Amino acid sequence: MTSSAVIDKSAPTRTVKLRSMSRDRTWALRWSYFFLTLFAIFALIPPLYMLITSLKTSAEISAATNPWWVYHPTLSNYVELLTSNQFLTFFRNSALVSIFVVTITMLISVPAAFALARMRFWGSATLATGVFLTYLIPETLLFLPLFKMFVVFGELTGIQLINKWYVLLIVYPTLTVPFCTWIMIGYFASIPKELDEAAIIDGATWFQTLTRIFIPVALPGLIAATIFAFTVSWAQFLYPLVFTTSTDQLVLPVGIITTLIKGDVFAWGQIMTGALLGAAPPLIIYAFLMDYYIAGLTAGATKG
Amino acid sequence: MADVTLRKVFKRYDDVEAVRGIDLDIADHEFVVLVGPSGCGKSTTLRMIAGLEDITDGDIMIGGDVVNDVPPKDRDIAMVFQNYALYPHMTVAENMSFGLRLKRYPKAEIKSRVDEAARMLDIVELVDRKPKQLSGGQRQRVAMGRAIVRNPKVFLFDEPLSNLDAKLRVQMRIEIKKVHQKVRTTTVYVTHDQIEAMTLADRVVVMNNGLIEQIGTPNELYHHPATRFVAGFIGSPAMNFMACRLEDVGGKMHIRLTDRIAFPLPPARAERYKTISRTDKLLLGIRPEHITEASPHAEPGVEPFDVVLDVIEPMGMETMIYFMMEGGEICGRVSPNADARAGAPMRLAIDLNNMHLLDEATGAVI
Repeated sequence: MTSSAVIDKSAPTRTVKLRSMSRDRTWALRWSYFFLTLFAIFALIPPLYMLITSLKTSAEISAATNPWWVYHPTLSNYVELLTSNQFLTFFRNSALVSIFVVTITMLISVPAAFALARMRFWGSATLATGVFLTYLIPETLLFLPLFKMFVVFGELTGIQLINKWYVLLIVYPTLTVPFCTWIMIGYFASIPKELDEAAIIDGATWFQTLTRIFIPVALPGLIAATIFAFTVSWAQFLYPLVFTTSTDQLVLPVGIITTLIKGDVFAWGQIMTGALLGAAPPLIIYAFLMDYYIAGLTAGATKG
Repeated sequence: MADVTLRKVFKRYDDVEAVRGIDLDIADHEFVVLVGPSGCGKSTTLRMIAGLEDITDGDIMIGGDVVNDVPPKDRDIAMVFQNYALYPHMTVAENMSFGLRLKRYPKAEIKSRVDEAARMLDIVELVDRKPKQLSGGQRQRVAMGRAIVRNPKVFLFDEPLSNLDAKLRVQMRIEIKKVHQKVRTTTVYVTHDQIEAMTLADRVVVMNNGLIEQIGTPNELYHHPATRFVAGFIGSPAMNFMACRLEDVGGKMHIRLTDRIAFPLPPARAERYKTISRTDKLLLGIRPEHITEASPHAEPGVEPFDVVLDVIEPMGMETMIYFMMEGGEICGRVSPNADARAGAPMRLAIDLNNMHLLDEATGAVI
């Protein structure tokens, strides 16, 4: 009794006819390259313009020269920003908020998704839909009631959360938790039922089933959710604009806008530099986790 | 190791009764196969023994202890699933040792158990691979290995061979039998394939509609089915059924199939059926191998008759023949040397010593 696969040597060798697939496929490829190039140009022009502007002095920016060319490149904008305490404070606040929000989100939504996907309890299906519906309520609708809630909370308890960077740790999860829970429900649901039954028979508790089977198996989904939570908290603008005002409490997107625009004077060079530097962390994270992220996004489509 | 007992076990889902009160005694070391068509309650029964489904009513005992409310992990059972259910992120060795690691067995003990199971299943060279690098048959071995290393009281198999191709299925069937002969663990095995049931089981439990139709050794079920369902389900090709009634011709009991065809019954059969009303609607059940080509020297109880063949299927060691009788298709089995041709008349013989007589209304074998 052998356990190795048998190779049928008599089977005809397959010859690929290049011709037959050529015409349609070649044109399809040409069109996709055309549109992809077009889209890439469209998407990359703004960052390119930001980069060009960030290398110019204020004088050159306001001079009537070719805006797409740098005649006297300078790193002064970068030096100024990176040596300014203010900018570093924004950066630190952003980083703290994002890291904590990602952690809080994952700690809530992974167990929540596991419970909603696997532990059949009364109303679990309705609850799962409810979680998703909360994500559909736009933040422009939520920020006033939320603000009011924090004010009332402050009056009742004396704990002032408004205008503290850590208020965002409570506010951002209202965006990230529903969405991350929802995608994690999807990933967990795609794991065959027999896998947790096997784990239960093997003697695993619910918690062990989650940590030792579900999380490793759904890792691509977990990473996709993490990236999402990070991106949302890093780039969020409306909530920090509303909930924080003092310069030492601001996060990067709001900080750049409020401190580098003085009245009607726009420090374009520094604004662009700040935006570019601000965009760097998500970019680096994407670059490292891109493969996982794409695998995660398409997992549902390819799993048999 | 232990015996398994089911007492009046029910399973109700909202308004569907999946299992409707079954009693079953499985002895220590026994290999019992639950077989039946899909939806007959066999998988539900197995899952109730495993503890993956609550039981609505009744008692399940493993090794004499009632386990109705005992969680699966404390029942000391191991289960092999149809789709293998291997943990995709773990190697073969990690898959097999997962249960032992959760129970914090010493490392050396785990290793020796995994090695032993791997040797028994001929997967020693695969222990460092991930499940996706394995073929279906190899995956099923690993799933069995995962059950073996736990050294449980009871093995539960839920259609373990259904995902394999026909050739591999036969191979793995033998493999499962070998493993059972070695470890002698009490085994409950669910399948819809009656050949698998016949070849593997010490005893077969035939289920239909949430009830047990019959329990018996493979030979008992084959030769002495209790109901029409069992008679038709066990055996391939299936048993033939023909409407018939009994009548007396010249003081001898005959079985009449059509206006033209009636056979005298062998004395033993006539004695057994003497109390049956001559007007009762009955069914004659006869297996294909008991309809053969007529031989010149007829044995007692073997009666000749003439038919025109519709289809013949040469199988090599035998030829299956099909013909119509009173609107029903009948299958017989003749020697490959017999002159059987489609569309041609042929003289066949029916062996009434091996007939079954059924009550058409109740389906019970008389």
